[in-house]
Amino acid sequence: MDTLLRLSGVIDAVSRLFGKFIIWLVLAATVISAGNAIARKAFNLGSNAFLEIQWYLFGAVFLLGAGFTFLQNAHVRIDVVASRLSMRTRMFIDIVGILVFLLPLCWFMIDFAWPIVKGAYISGEMSSNSGGLIRWPVYALVPAGFALLGLQAVSELIKRIAFLHGKGPNPLLLGGHDDQAAAVAAHTDSTVEEPK
Amino acid sequence: MTELFAAHVPELMFGSLILFLLTGFPVAFSLASCGLLFGFLGMEFGLLPASLFQALPLRVFGIIQNETLLAIPFFTLMGLILERSGMAEDLLDTVGQVFGPIRGGLALAVLFVGALLAATTGVVAASVISMGLISLPIMLRFGYSPAVASGAITASGTLAQILPPSLVLIVMADQLGRSVGDLYKGAFIPAFALVALYALFIIGLAIFKPKLVPALPPEARHYREPNGHSGMRSLLVFGALVTTVSVVFGLNYSEILSAFKGEEISAPLDETIVLALTCGTLLAFFGALINKALGFGLLSRITERVTFVLIPPLALIFLVLGTIFLGIATPTEGGAMGAIGGMAMAFARGKLDLPLLRNALESTARLSCFVLFILIGSTIFSFTFTAVDGQIWVEHLFDKLPGGQIGFLVFVNVVIFFLGFFIDFFEIAFILVPLLAPVADKLGIDLVWFGVLLAMNLQTSFLTPPFGFALFYLRSVAPAKDYLDRITGKNVASVKTMDIYRGSIPFVIIQIAMVAALIAFPGLVTSGLDKAVKVDLDTIEINVQSGDDGGWGQQEDAWGGGSPRPEGDPALDSKRPQDGETPPDSGDGGSTGFGNTQRGW
Repeated sequence: MDTLLRLSGVIDAVSRLFGKFIIWLVLAATVISAGNAIARKAFNLGSNAFLEIQWYLFGAVFLLGAGFTFLQNAHVRIDVVASRLSMRTRMFIDIVGILVFLLPLCWFMIDFAWPIVKGAYISGEMSSNSGGLIRWPVYALVPAGFALLGLQAVSELIKRIAFLHGKGPNPLLLGGHDDQAAAVAAHTDSTVEEPK
Repeated sequence: MTELFAAHVPELMFGSLILFLLTGFPVAFSLASCGLLFGFLGMEFGLLPASLFQALPLRVFGIIQNETLLAIPFFTLMGLILERSGMAEDLLDTVGQVFGPIRGGLALAVLFVGALLAATTGVVAASVISMGLISLPIMLRFGYSPAVASGAITASGTLAQILPPSLVLIVMADQLGRSVGDLYKGAFIPAFALVALYALFIIGLAIFKPKLVPALPPEARHYREPNGHSGMRSLLVFGALVTTVSVVFGLNYSEILSAFKGEEISAPLDETIVLALTCGTLLAFFGALINKALGFGLLSRITERVTFVLIPPLALIFLVLGTIFLGIATPTEGGAMGAIGGMAMAFARGKLDLPLLRNALESTARLSCFVLFILIGSTIFSFTFTAVDGQIWVEHLFDKLPGGQIGFLVFVNVVIFFLGFFIDFFEIAFILVPLLAPVADKLGIDLVWFGVLLAMNLQTSFLTPPFGFALFYLRSVAPAKDYLDRITGKNVASVKTMDIYRGSIPFVIIQIAMVAALIAFPGLVTSGLDKAVKVDLDTIEINVQSGDDGGWGQQEDAWGGGSPRPEGDPALDSKRPQDGETPPDSGDGGSTGFGNTQRGW
């Protein structure tokens, strides 16, 4: 179990690293998109490469961020019924879900996408727009994203099993919307203070 | 066995999906797994070709390539930055001072600021939280009924759902296969009618129940003139002057433009409005600036204050909505410019530092990720669902429904209203809308009308006790315990959850009336659309491929595909047909009012 928990720790660190990295891609996409509109209007400049790079970046953000989001328990759940179940039952549901649904899902998505990525890499497929970008990197994001998600799923699986054996903290209480919760808490504290 | 399975795949699939979702397993993964599972079962039973899933990755690539979805991170980022930038605080403080001295004035100020914030960003949480923190204590201090105060705040906060540039409308447009611009235009009249009804309600309270909404006492009014006058006359005169100039400019804009270009041009209405407003804003800004710099002392303190406080949101509205309506930017780029503008503004006020930026970016990335994964999940689900003729099953479900169009709309709205309590906008947009849209289309329902109707309905849902999201947001920041007010030294009672519930009820009734009115009078939505714009996508594609691009006459293009373009820019030419081709059920679309993104907890 300890070895597994160490493995889980390593995976979490990898996901966090990606999480730290992708947030700057959000900023880059924002700047580029605004720049596109301004350049087009003000200087009558348009570049397909710049039009395309914004969704390349965004694709990278949400696909490479999938594992990180899972680590933070931020993938939305419908908890009308689930919130009434015991913590053990919810853990159990997650464990079954990860084993039976999520891991196979990741596997199949990688499996389905791989031939297309390979094909595009070998043929050097380019955007059909003049001046557009080469395609394989954006295709490759799909298997990469699902690989990271699958990896994180393994880590979450380990953490849940550890929790059920009383060997780890509750992964459902970690992360999640912590910063929003913290923000709201900070707000609540300040309500008693005098707003101007 | 095989026949039994074959005959009931869509029901089984839909039933399993509901079951999966209710277990509390993440929505995105439940959707995707359900799609894959039934796909493989279908192959096993020989109902589906073994090669079914080969095309699936292409669908996922299609989601990545969808430029409209980029609006999700941009508007989210903008909303997060603005929430922290202090703009809402300044607005509420100043506008409260202007309206405060009259009965019901603080509530009207909240409504006005709520509408301004809604038109700036498209994010509900930010407005409700800011107003709950700033206006609620002031209203309580001066004796507002807690119910009325919280009702005004939650209702005004949810305006961000329906007032352009609402993310809800962007996603609806994408899912319905209509242009974002059409939905914006269609939503304008209903949204303004809603604001007007809210205002009428508050004015009614001020007249008939003045005790619930008292005026600010004289000692609570700062920004006084040295001689003790309120300075309101100066504000009125200045306001009237600016308005007159804007209106005159607007009325004569076509002539000005014609004279400028040396030919007869009739300017489109939206362009005229945007430019007239910009002209008025600039005049007010420079007027106040010159007055201040040269020390003329022509304007009272409050006038100056109002001018300088209103400039940032108006500038942002121009940056986002103005550029979209003028056809300078796509809705996506408008969102990006708004985000950059918001950052610049926060930076200028010294509110933007690295931790804040990093925090906002991280929240944005996380939200984008879980939203887009729901979309990927629903794409995989509908991929199989379409293959087993689920669409036809859904259509047959509605066969038995009496009342044709109206029956369908009433039924759908009631269902979505209740679903809105439990599942958030993204799931409704990505799972249900693609199923319903083809049925609506077959019944001859204008999809723009349908989209605006659903958006307004969801707004109602988010405001309705006991589950409405806006109510939760206010609860999280409203004082839960009695506290001693710093200024008056008096004990102020806490806001009870029941107060928040009761306060929202009149506004929910207004909302429901508005939804009913929209069903009864589709003209409220469709008359906002220019006839030239109301062409279907096929025509627009032809338009675009003709490749001429010049002047404002071409604006339909901008609206059609949601994307104005540089001369002969082939990127969009090739992109647009894709948009057109994508059937609404492919589920490529994206995003929302933040209002409900926190489903998780």
